[in-house]
Amino acid sequence: MVSLSNQEVGHTGPATPSPLGKCRMPSLESFSMSLEQQISTLRAELSAAIAAAADEAGLDAVRVAALGKKGSVSALLASLGSMAPEERKSAGPAINGLKSEIAGLIEAASTVLKAKALDARLAAETVDITLPLQPAPTARGRVHPISQTIDEITAIFSDMGFSIAEGPDIETDYFNFTALNFPEGHPAREMHDTFFMKPGPDGVKKLLRTHTSPVQMRVMQRGNEKPAASYITPRMDPPIRVVMPGRTYRNDSDQTHTPMFHQVEGLVIDKSSHIGQLRWVLEEFLKAYFEVPNVTLRFRPSFFPFTEPSMEVDVQCDRSGSEVKIGEGNDWLEILGCGMVHPNVIRNAGLDPDVYQGFAWGMGIDRIAMLKYGMPDLRAFFDADQRWLDHYGFRPLDLPTLFGGLSS
Amino acid sequence: MKFTLDWLQDHLDTDASADEIGKTLTLVGLELESMEDQGKALSAFVTAHIVSAEQHPNADKLRVCKVDAGTGELIDVVCGAPNARTGLKSVFAFPGTYIPGKDMTIGKGNIRGQVSNGMLCSNAELELSEDHDGIIELPEDTPVGMKYVDYAGINGVVFDISITPNRGDATGVYGIARDLAAFGLGTLKSTDMSPVPSKGPSPIAPLPQLFSGDEPKTIRKFGGRYIKGVKNGPSPAWLQQRLRAVGLRPINAIVDITNLVSLGWGRPLHAYDADKIVGQPVLRNARAGETLDALDNKVYPLDETMTVIADDQGPLCLGGIMGGLRSGSTDETVNVFMECASWDPELVARTGRKTGIVSDARYRLERNVDPALTEPGLELATRLVMELCGGEPMEPAISGEDVFANSVVEFPLAEVRRLTGLSVEPMIVTAILSRLGFEMSGKGETLTVKVPSWRPDVTQKADLVEEVMRMVGVDNIPVEPLPRLNHVAQRMLTTIQNRRRIARRALAARGLDEAVTWSFISHEEASRFGGGQETLQLANAIASDMTDMRPSLLPGLLAAVRRNGNRGSNDLALFEVGQVFLSDAPEGQHTYASGVRSGTARLDGSGRHWSGKAEAVGVFDAKADLAAVLDALGIDIEKVQVLAEPPAWSHPGRGGRIALGPKVTLGWFGELHPAWIDALDLTGPVAAFEIDLDALPEPRKKATKTKPALDLSPLMPLSRDFAFVVDKAVTAGAILRAARGADKALIRDVNVFDVFEGAHVGEGKKSVAIEVTLQPMEKTLTDEEIDKVSAAIVGAVTKASGGVLRT
Repeated sequence: MVSLSNQEVGHTGPATPSPLGKCRMPSLESFSMSLEQQISTLRAELSAAIAAAADEAGLDAVRVAALGKKGSVSALLASLGSMAPEERKSAGPAINGLKSEIAGLIEAASTVLKAKALDARLAAETVDITLPLQPAPTARGRVHPISQTIDEITAIFSDMGFSIAEGPDIETDYFNFTALNFPEGHPAREMHDTFFMKPGPDGVKKLLRTHTSPVQMRVMQRGNEKPAASYITPRMDPPIRVVMPGRTYRNDSDQTHTPMFHQVEGLVIDKSSHIGQLRWVLEEFLKAYFEVPNVTLRFRPSFFPFTEPSMEVDVQCDRSGSEVKIGEGNDWLEILGCGMVHPNVIRNAGLDPDVYQGFAWGMGIDRIAMLKYGMPDLRAFFDADQRWLDHYGFRPLDLPTLFGGLSS
Repeated sequence: MKFTLDWLQDHLDTDASADEIGKTLTLVGLELESMEDQGKALSAFVTAHIVSAEQHPNADKLRVCKVDAGTGELIDVVCGAPNARTGLKSVFAFPGTYIPGKDMTIGKGNIRGQVSNGMLCSNAELELSEDHDGIIELPEDTPVGMKYVDYAGINGVVFDISITPNRGDATGVYGIARDLAAFGLGTLKSTDMSPVPSKGPSPIAPLPQLFSGDEPKTIRKFGGRYIKGVKNGPSPAWLQQRLRAVGLRPINAIVDITNLVSLGWGRPLHAYDADKIVGQPVLRNARAGETLDALDNKVYPLDETMTVIADDQGPLCLGGIMGGLRSGSTDETVNVFMECASWDPELVARTGRKTGIVSDARYRLERNVDPALTEPGLELATRLVMELCGGEPMEPAISGEDVFANSVVEFPLAEVRRLTGLSVEPMIVTAILSRLGFEMSGKGETLTVKVPSWRPDVTQKADLVEEVMRMVGVDNIPVEPLPRLNHVAQRMLTTIQNRRRIARRALAARGLDEAVTWSFISHEEASRFGGGQETLQLANAIASDMTDMRPSLLPGLLAAVRRNGNRGSNDLALFEVGQVFLSDAPEGQHTYASGVRSGTARLDGSGRHWSGKAEAVGVFDAKADLAAVLDALGIDIEKVQVLAEPPAWSHPGRGGRIALGPKVTLGWFGELHPAWIDALDLTGPVAAFEIDLDALPEPRKKATKTKPALDLSPLMPLSRDFAFVVDKAVTAGAILRAARGADKALIRDVNVFDVFEGAHVGEGKKSVAIEVTLQPMEKTLTDEEIDKVSAAIVGAVTKASGGVLRT
């Protein structure tokens, strides 16, 4: 303590600090000690009291008892007034010296006590930081794999210059079949296992679209009428480049078929697009979607009423392990159907098939999601089992982009 | 369709290996489903004799058989097939044999107390056909203990291909050979179908076609031939083996010939026992109430849209589909009436669907059978009957006319390049087409192409492009990038598409899991949630809980809450962004974003936790979710109407409606009505909301993207508190609105910081305390100015609420 080293005189014996309340003030009337002695005694008493103060309150009591209005040092100071000028000359500096010395001791002790008090508080405030949190909302909420896959598809095709087109789920026979070159009574119509609505008052039987292809016709067809609702994509003039994701329905149910599923359809209409470009679009898409450097596709001539020539496409993969690996291996997996838009369909849209041409393709969103992310059973997609959603769902901020990668 | 390599080689002169053929089939569009060396796959199966078959003591449908499989001792086998009987010769699998049709290996077993050491097999179990009605029946003279593949001659390679609906010409081995030959895999061998001389007039006159003008008429041309004095019986081994290899059961020579021609040339036939035909057979539509006892031993009801061949006693055969038992050919048949007819494919398909009969004849006839084959097919059948059974053919009895498309296509050769990007030499194009049977005339850039009778699916240029493309191979088309229209893509998503995406992420970020539930729900649930109209009901629902298009996403989500609850998980936070159907019109389809929270699944966590007690979800949890979605979509819930008008599903005092003016409802929120919780078989409390994403206003188009200028005041804001005593029914919203309106320039914010009721406030009253933040802009407010605005606030609130300032 700095103040203790300033002591000028050795004091007479150890001073026992009296209880503060009983701290006697030196009286000049009964002057029996010299001033030096008085100062020395006071210094010793007060220093001891300061050192003994256990907390700030105790220290403050010492301060009041010494330096307060009625304090012992203040009383000594007051005694200067009654001294002879000669005496005052030497007593003044001595008493004032005591005052500043005691004030300095108090301040130093206060700093120490404050630090101690803070340490004690901090010790008392300690918590068990291993206690578990409630998971954050973003750690709990999940986006369904179908939505995520649609976002991934959207990211890729929007970069390739395709917009997203939509139409209604409840369709007319015309848009779902007739306009797409499905002749009445054709076996291909039967293969669609169509859900029909009960007929309306006009006797017309609507249906649930069996594929997303009716949107093709809604987008392509000539005419001036505005769509009936704002979500329905308005008619477009060629060049047309759209992809059409959406819900589709077929009256079919087993391990790999559900009565409701999701499809994405693509359509290009202009004056020059051909199968070579169709191959490019599909290869580029599948590479980007599966996030692999290469894919090998096998195109098999096939039949769809609304395309000619028509093809089914298999992707090379490795199914030897528990996971399907796209882009390697010796297996083939059927993944989509495609072809050049049938001249009758182009004609039905009001365009001249000798001038306009294009291609279309379609694939199952649920299916490509299963292939990429490994869900074993399609039916679980629609069961909303919390455990399944938490396991196969995506974090809310896992936004698929091409710049950041489709998946983390 | 199945066929064997040697059968193909009857029609195709080729050196190609089975592998090469298999690959080529897929390349040309006849997708190879499987290629199997039957000799290997089925080598363990042996012929066997059921020495005795007795009723199983403990099971009605099982029999306990003693089987002689040539091992010298009798084997105990329990068999469930209805035709397992004493004396039958069949096919046996020893324990340890892999059964391909069941994907299992048979072991030694004990079936209901009886030892069973092996298995008697059906065709389906050997994957020879779909026939699993009973175990394979072999002729009585079959040697026992022989490898079944050797006995049946099915030790070769079997191809199974799938045929698209447009390729009726490929439903016969001959047509497949034609495609392979056109591809360059060999040379097509022709078949002798020249007329067989007749020995005299037909005892059965050409069949009259009795149809009135407006009746559906399935028959086109009917050819029949009476062949007298045949000797029927088992067909020769080569024919039996060929049929067995593709899963058909040999019956007798005459019937086997009809199957051979059907599979070999895609030309279905039917053979009647002429002596069982009563009177003159005719072609007519069935009459109501008539039935057919068909060759598959089932009885089918017929109706007036179905064409039959009938005699004096009724239908003999359902035209184009299946023959009847009464006039079927048997070993005893002496006089045959062989039918080869052409039919309307659409009507055959319709009759097939109505009756549900799946037959080889229907499969071919609904896909188109070459109309030029009607009479030649009859000649081929006649020739085969004479070769195998002898007999004297009478004159053909023909009625009606075939229908030929006779398509001629003007084919600019440039079409191939235009549609595929493939450059093919004109010579190659013509070579391909002529090998496929197309006849070409003209020279130069455009050919006139005559389509062969067996390809009615080819009607225009694009069809010919496909023919060329599939023969050249799609893999040979050069890949070429699609030119970009814009180098940097423009905005691709529409407003509603963006809204769905944003709503989804916003809700997931609030801890809700996204569900995707069925678009159709039960009628009861649809009606409960305001739907269930007739026009939104399915006419052919797949299940009773999937009958009606959903009017709301809540039934699906609540059903999910219930299912998860049954699995022991009661704190659920689920949402769906999806379509609902308010009518069957396109504009009746809206996208809703809806969510439910159940139990204690609140924003800050669920269940018991050391940091606080688990509180039940309530109306404000739903309101907060709804507000968060609106906010994510740029709408401040404080700036739209929040009305105490709960939806039907809500607790009447704890729910509301969000509106924008008198006509536009943006959404609803609330605690699920306790009565609904009971009715929907749910347990805990549920808070829910629905937002109609289509009802949100389209954002205003602005000239620039600049945000409004930010006007920051250098002066300190100050706040004043006011408490009002109002009737309990007065809403906080009304008080806030009034206070905010008191001085729009000065008042920056108003917040409710305390609401309480109690005796000291008065019966039916409540106290609402608000904090008003004032933001001076130009100079510090004087006491007078503050008093003035305070008075305006008190005046506005008391006027709007009928309450008084608490002092």
